[in-house]
Amino acid sequence: MENFGFTLLKERHIDFDANDRSIAGYISDHEPSFRLCIECGCCSATCTTGNFTPFSLRELLILLKRGENDKVREEIRKCMLCGKCTLVCPRGVNTRNVVMLAREAFRKQMNYAV
Amino acid sequence: MKTEGKKKIWSEYQKEIADDHFFYVRSCIRQSFFPGSEQFFLHFMRNVLEKDVYENPSHTTCTGIGYHGDIVPLSTIMTVVARHFALMKEAGYKNIAISCVTSFGIYTEIIETWKHYPEELKKTREYLFKATGREFDIPENMAHTSDIIYKFRNEIAAKAKNLLVNKKTGEPLNVIEHIGCHYSKMFPKYGVGGAEFPNVLGGMIEAWGGRVVDYPERRHCCGFGFRQYLVQANRGYSLSNSVKKFNSMKPYKPDLILTNCPGCNMFMDKWQYTMKEMDGTVYGDNGESIPVLTYEELAGLVMGYNPWDLGVQYHMVQSEPLLRKIGIDYEPDNKFKTKDGRQMPVPKNLINV
Amino acid sequence: MEGRIVIVGAGTAGMEAAGQLARSGFLVTLIEKETTTGGHVKNWYHLFPDRRDSSEVISYLDARINHENITLLTGKTVDRIENNHGSFLVSTNDGSDIKADAIVLSTGFDLFRSERKEEYGYGIYDNVITSADLEKMFRKGEIKKHNEETPEKIGIVHCVGSRDEKVGNLYCSKLCCVTAVKQAMEIKEYISNAKVFCFYMDMRMGGAHYEELYRESQEKYGINYIRGKVSEVSENINNKLVIKVEDTLAGRPLKMELDMLVLMAGMEMSDGAENIAESAGLTIGENHFFSPVDNHFGSNKGNMEGIFYAGTCTAPMNITETISHARSSVLEVIGYMNKDVR
Repeated sequence: MENFGFTLLKERHIDFDANDRSIAGYISDHEPSFRLCIECGCCSATCTTGNFTPFSLRELLILLKRGENDKVREEIRKCMLCGKCTLVCPRGVNTRNVVMLAREAFRKQMNYAV
Repeated sequence: MKTEGKKKIWSEYQKEIADDHFFYVRSCIRQSFFPGSEQFFLHFMRNVLEKDVYENPSHTTCTGIGYHGDIVPLSTIMTVVARHFALMKEAGYKNIAISCVTSFGIYTEIIETWKHYPEELKKTREYLFKATGREFDIPENMAHTSDIIYKFRNEIAAKAKNLLVNKKTGEPLNVIEHIGCHYSKMFPKYGVGGAEFPNVLGGMIEAWGGRVVDYPERRHCCGFGFRQYLVQANRGYSLSNSVKKFNSMKPYKPDLILTNCPGCNMFMDKWQYTMKEMDGTVYGDNGESIPVLTYEELAGLVMGYNPWDLGVQYHMVQSEPLLRKIGIDYEPDNKFKTKDGRQMPVPKNLINV
Repeated sequence: MEGRIVIVGAGTAGMEAAGQLARSGFLVTLIEKETTTGGHVKNWYHLFPDRRDSSEVISYLDARINHENITLLTGKTVDRIENNHGSFLVSTNDGSDIKADAIVLSTGFDLFRSERKEEYGYGIYDNVITSADLEKMFRKGEIKKHNEETPEKIGIVHCVGSRDEKVGNLYCSKLCCVTAVKQAMEIKEYISNAKVFCFYMDMRMGGAHYEELYRESQEKYGINYIRGKVSEVSENINNKLVIKVEDTLAGRPLKMELDMLVLMAGMEMSDGAENIAESAGLTIGENHFFSPVDNHFGSNKGNMEGIFYAGTCTAPMNITETISHARSSVLEVIGYMNKDVR
């Protein structure tokens, strides 16, 4: 193995087809309002957690739908479940339950305690 | 995939390519990396087609490497290019033939800049006159030398001794065409076939009996860049872009990669070596790597010239698998011998041998 | 009322205007370049937002022009319009000249030719189709790939030929977003296990009931919306389409294989109307459509007295707006003829 002083980089793109999108499926089945998100960011703007850490619920919900689970798994535990996001959502998404279900799905389907 | 749709696009990007009387400008790096290519072009144009191709020893680099490497300012490169045009004017030529895709991009970008910002043209005239006392005209016709080989592809086909066909199976070879970004991505109108479906190399491949492979990452850049590869630690970026292409073309079992840009050729060749050395990955069929040739080298092989005279042995990926498929006889012992029979040093770590 | 009116274009706007003008007593000559009337509507299956069968609109329009005061000339194009102090001479391609006291141009639009967006490979890749092609499949009752298989994963690209400097169209075609939503839902009705992805830059759901349709498409049909415009399409060795798009809200490029890609072709000024504009000296806007004299109070009036516009020859409009615009053009014609300023 020759060392050239540089290495191959990991592709940055979301590989939609290769990703496991079962967590999003689980949420959608148990909380159909999840589908209604239009990614407006109301939830993230008022989020208790997001105002002091890079946590963005809007982004996490998108990543869940794309099956980019790794980041979500680490981040979703930060939510304090205060419920402000659900209060402000213009589409009536039960975001608080979405977070609960995401944690549940990670635990049940991936045996990963969140 | 429907070829008819591509033909329709090609018909909208038919650039005018001059027929004769060319002012030829060489590339900085092609003479070192693929030493037979420019030589073949001149031989073919002058001795086979009997065209007038003029070279001026006072022609210099266009400074494109410096420009893209952030050390040559725009006004400087414009003046250098203007000087080339002055040499051309002094020699009485109106058609420029450009060997390098980076230079081609530089020339097209500068000419377009002058069209849109005449004050830049005026300034350049002043700079050149103050510095050298020279005056210049903008060329009437500007062609990359791959355009010119494309123009005469049928003449080459008519003289073909070897077609791009697997002699054993009778099947056309699967040929990847890779077009340098600066050939037409900046200005599609300057490229044969435009930018999304360029036909400059595809036209040659088909005329010479091969099958053009249209694979998903066909339009992706090889990752050459300039400042990107100049720093060793950054080369992973360049490498990764080429690897993206290799992975995408691999399922098609390509027999050959054909390029029209010096940088692309160098990298698509040498990154295959790098990947093989790094972790043993190869991208061709049968555990081999994919030969990467220039259009002049390929034209020469098709016309039956000795592969060693064309310099195909100076790539890292060796072409023997390709030569065997096409049915070209070659003398292994003469591969690194001078014309008068002296043995030259044999490069180490060549692949496909 | 008396007078001779020539109407150019027998689509929704032209037919509606012809019906109204004929019923007001004018003698109307309705010229259509195609062999049949009805314009684009007949090429669409169901209309948004209520999924009305387009044939109902056609029946309505046919009834409108069934009037003794209307002379219908089909298969004819207008070569030239001459204005002689308010008396017009309309020359058609078969060499006849028709006299008119006023003219209504209802020349409509051309669908953007999607092959001009070369990066999408329409006309090259087997399973890249347009919104119009999909309507034909709906009408036929089956959605099939080129190889007759049923597609399972379908992408829809918004803004093809609209909001795009590269093709010279800076404007929004306005109807494509809602068409995408409608078509996405219809695809799901034909192929219940299909996965449908809309790639949009903005969801422009401005019309009545559009936003509700969008919401319904998410709630009941599970349509996926990804914000980002597809920038490159290719085909892989398995004959699947591979798209490159940025998921702009995730901030990362996204790669996806698809069985079929539907391009939401925008609306452009029709070629024929451009010729008319040139020959008659009518003003064209930055969007290449006819430019009425005033956006608010004169949206039917041309820059030449006695020439009026109806419908999508002035800007993209839906059927409702087209009919309203055609009706208002009739009011303008009546006002003009009453004043007798000719």
